[in-house]
Amino acid sequence: MVQSLDRLKETASQTAGPYVHIGLTPNFCDIPGVYPVDLGDTMVNDKTKGERIKVKMRVIDGADTPLKDALIEIWQADADGLHNSPSEMRGAADPNFTGWGRKPTDMTTGECVFDTIKPGRVPFKDGRKMAPHLTVWIVARGINIGLHTRMYFSDEEKANDEDPVLARVEHRVRVPTLIAQRDGDTYIFDIHLQGEKETVFFDI
Amino acid sequence: MTEAKSLSNRRPETGAFFQRDRTMHPPAFTPSYKTSVLRSPQKALLSLDSTLSEITGPVFGHNILGELDNDMIHNFAKPGESAIGERIIVYGRLLDERGKGVPGALIEFWQANAGGRYRHKKEGYIAALDPNFGGCGRVITDEDGNYWIRTIKPGPYPWPNGPNDWRPAHIHFSIFGHGFAQRLISQLYFEGDPMIWKCPIVRTIPDRSAVERLVAALDMEATIPMDSRAYKFDMVLRGRRSSMFENRMEGN
Repeated sequence: MVQSLDRLKETASQTAGPYVHIGLTPNFCDIPGVYPVDLGDTMVNDKTKGERIKVKMRVIDGADTPLKDALIEIWQADADGLHNSPSEMRGAADPNFTGWGRKPTDMTTGECVFDTIKPGRVPFKDGRKMAPHLTVWIVARGINIGLHTRMYFSDEEKANDEDPVLARVEHRVRVPTLIAQRDGDTYIFDIHLQGEKETVFFDI
Repeated sequence: MTEAKSLSNRRPETGAFFQRDRTMHPPAFTPSYKTSVLRSPQKALLSLDSTLSEITGPVFGHNILGELDNDMIHNFAKPGESAIGERIIVYGRLLDERGKGVPGALIEFWQANAGGRYRHKKEGYIAALDPNFGGCGRVITDEDGNYWIRTIKPGPYPWPNGPNDWRPAHIHFSIFGHGFAQRLISQLYFEGDPMIWKCPIVRTIPDRSAVERLVAALDMEATIPMDSRAYKFDMVLRGRRSSMFENRMEGN
């Protein structure tokens, strides 16, 4: 026998189910008056620094059908590459930018749109700069444990080429699944849950 | 969001998170839960030790909370009225895998009413809506990771999976820790419910002890006599590595 490490086990995940909106975006699903606003609905205000962008996302299943009951959260750095988080030790992030957004996909079209800013570059563990990216987390009915991925930007080709995380993708043909395409001030990002175009998901 | 910094003057931890023990979680592809079939990634996940993008995460201040946010019996009810059903308290601690309490963490809850009916436009079960029950609540953990909510015990309900599948009574919950890599959504079940072990969603979890940790214990010592019974439910988020010896690459 040896000493016990006294570690606990993480609580097991269960699907968010079809009614995730009741808990996380009640105003969106006609439960008004409990919370003044749905958390994560607004990320920016008039004073937020950085380039304003829209990000339009869909989550697509193995039969090429967009999910109409998914919920997506994004987490990102501000324009200078700093996070609005107590764990950010490099400096104070833009107080006019939350860095965190949450949107349900539309019950008819399956789309959701984040109004945000283009993030700055954040250092990797070894100090190299990662390309600008959003951290993305997806839950829905039928998804047993939330899926982590990243969204990079199509007009950051040089930064993407030297990004240490994208460099880890062994099958280079899959790299484009992590890159949103720019159309005016909007980036389009389709997340494919399975099939030939399956998005790269991370075990973080 | 930065108000949570004032919870304590100790330095926040910035170590990377423990590797997730996937044997304690359901796999993505679980054919007996039919919706998972077309919604499960088929390729291996790409392993990534946490970077700053996942070590950090949003933290919410108490300024977002309303007085009745953790009271689902009253937070949607007309003044002077309350939701119908068995009145209960759910309380416990939010811990990490090292057994440390997680302070200042937002936990959001949602559930069906006492008849098993959700207040949602896509819900078609014939059980009646309760005009005084909305079904959402939230709380921020205290300095030691404690939380408590008041609600009614939700009812079991049928759902379209097998021709006659029913969910056990459950409360959904969503947890933010201190880093985005800790993000977790799951469901709380109730001690003694025979429906738990019949449920295809519960049975997506391969480890029996992991299911048992999702079952809240009746705690008569924490009841409020003549008012509410209590269930105790602890939750555990991923632990994080100590940064007492920083890992530096050669030459740095």
